[in-house]
This record gives sequence, structure tokens and C-alpha cells, in this order.
Amino acid sequence: MTEPLIERTELLTGWSRTAPTAATVVELHDVGDVDAGLARAGRRGLIARGLGRSYGDAAQNAGGIVLDATTLAGFHEIDVERGVIRVDAGVSLEAIMRTMVPLGWFVHVTPGTRQVTVGGAIAADVHGKSHHFDGSFSNHVESFVLHTPKGTTTVTPESDPELFWGTAGALGLTGVVAEATIRLLPVETSMIRAENLRCPDLDSVMALMAEGDDQFRFSAAWIDCLATGASLGRSVLSRGDHATLDDLPKKLRRDPLRFAPKALLPAPPWAPNGLLHRLSVAAFNELWYRVTPSLHGHVESISSFFHPLDGVNGWNRLYGSCGFLQYQYVVPDDAHGAVRQSIEMLSEARAASFLAVLKRFGPGNPGPLSFPQPGWTLALDIPATVPGLAELLDRLDQLVADVGGRIYLAKDSRLRPELVPVMYPELDRFADLRARVDPTGVLQSDLQRRLALP
Amino acid sequence: MKDALGSVQSVLVLGGGSDIARATVLELVQRRARTVILAARDPESLAATADELRAAGATTVETLAFDARDTASHEAFVADVFERVGDVDLALLAFGVLGDQEEAEHDGRAAVDIAEVNYVGSVSVAVPIAQRMRTQGHGTIVALSSVAGERARRSNFVYGSSKAGMDAFFQGLGDSLVGSGVRVMIVRPGFVHTKMTEGMDAAPLSTTPEAVADAIVRGIARGRETVWVPSQLRYVMTVLRHVPRPIFRKLPI
Repeated sequence: MTEPLIERTELLTGWSRTAPTAATVVELHDVGDVDAGLARAGRRGLIARGLGRSYGDAAQNAGGIVLDATTLAGFHEIDVERGVIRVDAGVSLEAIMRTMVPLGWFVHVTPGTRQVTVGGAIAADVHGKSHHFDGSFSNHVESFVLHTPKGTTTVTPESDPELFWGTAGALGLTGVVAEATIRLLPVETSMIRAENLRCPDLDSVMALMAEGDDQFRFSAAWIDCLATGASLGRSVLSRGDHATLDDLPKKLRRDPLRFAPKALLPAPPWAPNGLLHRLSVAAFNELWYRVTPSLHGHVESISSFFHPLDGVNGWNRLYGSCGFLQYQYVVPDDAHGAVRQSIEMLSEARAASFLAVLKRFGPGNPGPLSFPQPGWTLALDIPATVPGLAELLDRLDQLVADVGGRIYLAKDSRLRPELVPVMYPELDRFADLRARVDPTGVLQSDLQRRLALP
Repeated sequence: MKDALGSVQSVLVLGGGSDIARATVLELVQRRARTVILAARDPESLAATADELRAAGATTVETLAFDARDTASHEAFVADVFERVGDVDLALLAFGVLGDQEEAEHDGRAAVDIAEVNYVGSVSVAVPIAQRMRTQGHGTIVALSSVAGERARRSNFVYGSSKAGMDAFFQGLGDSLVGSGVRVMIVRPGFVHTKMTEGMDAAPLSTTPEAVADAIVRGIARGRETVWVPSQLRYVMTVLRHVPRPIFRKLPI
């Protein structure tokens, strides 16, 4: 006996709150609902959605069905010996950390927020400050159960490498991940031994990262995109590793695996457009650079080191009703010049970016749509109301494409579709995979339509 | 699909021969628009505009016959357009006639013709467009109204009343579509130097098709519900709306 699906019509956006579209949102309460949804999808198709942290339109499907996976969030198996868990796709990284950190296990890869689901982490093949060490999220997935219009299979990198890697970063277009088995990392404590270094300009921070990143599991630099001239690219480089018991001060050693992050304060429900404009961001950037001491070997909590923004509930609302854009590219290791040029372009345009993060990626994985590739990645967010933003980002795209780089589709909301095959040269392989698992094109999203993905 | 900065990829233009429509689509194509359907009573008159759009980067440009007076054909026309292009991200309703006020005051048929094209035609084609967009879960309808519809003037009240009617209709349509992903934007230009107004005396705050196009494109990006061109007209009309009638009818406007 199957229960009727719980559904509602809803206007959806990504985390950037731009380009809303309406869809029929169907809550998933058991795996049967996934197949019922797939069977019911009409011409406008279906896509799965997690916690809605993709910045753009990857988890929207105008006029079609959006499966809300957050209601499918159970733990099935916890192997405390091996550090392997089998969980539903709607389980968040926050839930995994709350359950597993006290048992001495942490995720290999966490993005800048814990509020992402396992399904979403695979769909975007998320990366974090550990990419040069650990690769991206899918590198630590042992298997997942994938529901496609052609049936349900358990996929491992050995059983069906094309489908496994083709799903990593494919933003839900190969099927709906219902559950996944994930390898975790043993940790002695829930703290990070971190160091911050102030770097006066771009060359110094890039040199430091190129030389020293391999000695730290975590590394990323915050860049002040409004600094100009000799200070262009001045940054605070933050690196670290999991703290051992010996690293902790006495007070913390009594409960070394304590993990109890709190949401500090909610953002106001309404903020004026332009609250985060150039002057306020410039003031913030100045302050951030000045007050960050160069510290060696202090310890920080997981949430303060990885997820500072999780402390503000709904921080995306601070950008006002027009929303903002997140933009992230990666260019090859030798494309130093492109990194410099991009920061010059941003600095010249006085495009206030509250958060610009530079990081060095290690090797990518075989996923044709997986974003990371070896080189330099820069991520920034910009209010959608900045004049000339469309043209500025178009020029950045071209710069990135010209040096063999690419932009992160999970964050995209405005790329020129013509550039997708240039940035993702294995798109044909992905097209073949789509033809195999979804020949009639049931899996659709606004992003897929906008970028004309196969 | 529209993108985060308000650019659209596919556009339907009704009244594709108008100067404002031409300038607007050109600007949209210079951004992201690749598919354009231009429709007018005489589709052959659209060939030059179509070529211009292709040269600007549009990959699919089709010209179709559309007659605002032939309301019986509208449903099928809209169905055909959506069949051809799939999603229509933006529908620009730019058709309309100015008519001859003198004639319309003495000949009922002439007055009805203005009302039929500007009001009845708009209502008739907008309903199926809104319906299709509701089904696709997104879309923007841009309706070209006029300041003339804000308050009927002695000198062109037949035209003004037809725009007043269509303006009111699109306000209500926009409200009815809240939550559906479909938006309606009403554009109220003042005097625009176009083919339609050629030879007429320009009113104060007159503007150009390019300026109207620019205001439309910016309005879409900002999610506006109403756009005045030039923007000062909003305040001018706010004042004029409250001028007592004995005085208003004597104003030289």
C-alpha cells in the first residue's frame, strides 16, 4: 500500500535568491516516493533538491517536479571500527558531524557550510579547504544507490565507473541518489590546529601556498578584492590540520571530541538592497585584514575554522531582495597571470566582494562534470545590483576559458552556454551517459535548460 | 531560461515591426537571447529586423503573421509559438495603433478599431501567453502601455482609454500571477520618437526607442512591475492625476 505523495507548488531559488521559478515540490518520505516521482514526471521532468545551498538554479525545475530530499534523512549503518557510514541522501553534513565527531570521525571534505545534504554534496562534488590533500567529496564515497528512469542500481567506482564518476558533479542529471556509503577520517579531537598569515600582496600569498600547502591538510586564503596598486591581492592565509590531543590546552582535553556548534544569530528577515555595497565591504575588508593577527599554532573549533557563516542563520538575506552572485573559477597551476588579471579586473570594477577565497586544488577526479582540476581556484560573491556586473563576469569567463580553466556549475547562474563545452571538454562523455540512463530526458533542471546541458 | 542578472534566452515579440520592439530585442540579443520570434500583421516587413538580429548573434529568428484584430486566431497562434521554441522566457507586447483622434470622435468604427487593437487584442493574446507561462513555471510578460493611459486627455482620449484599459488588465494579470514564477512588467513611455509618432509635435520629456529599450532591459533585470520612460514621468503624472478636471482639460497637453 503506497501513501499518496505530499506535494505543494512552490517558488524556488538557489541560495543567491535570484531568478525564482515555480515547481511542484514533492517530499520524499521513503525510497518508494523517488520512483513514484520519476514515474509521474511529465514533459517538464524532475530534479532532486537538498538544503538549497547551491547558489544558482541547479536545484530548480520550472513547471516540473522538484523532489525535496531533506525529509529522507536516516542513518542506516555506522561502522565505528572502519569509519564508514551508510546514510540517506537527505542527511546533512551537520547531522553526520553531530553523530560522528564525538565518536572520533570527521568527513574528509566539508564545504564552507555544514548545511548541505549528502545527495547535494555528491551532485555538486563539493570540495573544501582540504582539496589539495583529499580531493573532493565523491573521492570518499564507497557507493551510492541511484534511482534513474531506467531503474535503480547500487553504484561503486568499480561496478560502473562511468556512472559513478558521471554522477559526481552532474547536479542530479544522472538520477536521484537515495543513499550513500561514505568513508570518514579518524580524528583525535574536534579542534583544528590553525595558523593565520597576513600576506601584503598576491605574489606573496601565491608563493606561500605553492611552497607550503603540502604540509597542511587545510589551506585557503581570504583576499581583499578592493585593495589596489602594490597591495593588490593582499590576503590572510589560513592553514591548519586536525589537532591531536597533545595540541589541546588542558581545559579542552577533558572532552576533546565535543562538537556543539550553535547558530549565533539570525539575519534580519529583510535587508535593503545595497546594504553590502562597496564602502561597507571595503571597511569590513580593511578591518579583517588589520585585526587578524598572524598566529601560529592556535586551536579553533570545526565550526569557526570551516563554517564561520553557519553562525548567521540565513546570511544570504543580507544582500537584499535582488540577491547576489557567487562566482568560482579554477585555472591551471601555471596560469598565475590569469589569477592576477582577474583580481585586477575585480579591483578596477570596484566590485565589492565580501568573501573572495583563493585556494590551490590538487588533482581532480574522472567526473566529466566534476569541477576541481589542479590549479588555482578563486571564489567570490558579489551583490547582483553591481552596475556592469554581467559584462565583467562575461570577460572573466573568457579569461578563464582562454587559459584552460572552468567555472563551477553548482554556483553558476549566468554563464554563456557556448562556453560549457570549452570549459568541460568531456561533455560528450556525459552526453553518452545521459543517453544511457535517461534517454527520454526525465531529469531536468533550470540550470540544465539554461546551459543547454545534454 | 532567464539568468540571475535578468538576461533571457528566448523572446516572443508581438508587434515586432515597432521601433521600440526592434531596439529592445536587439539589446536582449546582445546579452543572452538566441531565439527570437517576431510577429506582426505583415511578417515580410520584419525581414530586415530579423537579419539584424541574426547578425547580432541570434541563432534562431522566425517571423510569423499575427493580427491583433483577429482574436479568434490568438489561442492557436500562442500554442504554435510555444510548440516551436519550447520555453518562451519573455513575451513583449509592443503592438498598438495611435489612430486618428479626429476621425475616432466622429466615426464609431474608427474608435472601435483603436480599442480592438490596443485593448481587446492585448487581452485576447495575453491570456493564453500567461497560461502557457504558468505551465512552464517561469516567464516575463512586458506590456507596452503609455502615459496616455494614466489620465485621459482631451486631445487623444480614444487612444488613452484603450491604453488605460490594457494597463489595468496587466496590473491585475501581474497580481494574479504572483507565486507562479511569471512576472508582468508594464512600460509607460511618454512621447517616443518613432514611426508611429512621425510628424507629430514632440511633448515635453520626449524620449527615443533606444532609451525605452534600455529601461525595459534594466527593469527586467531588477524585477520591476512598472517602468516609466523617462523615469521623471512617474512624478509628473502623479501630479497631473490630481489636477481638477476643469483645469486639466484646458492644459495644452
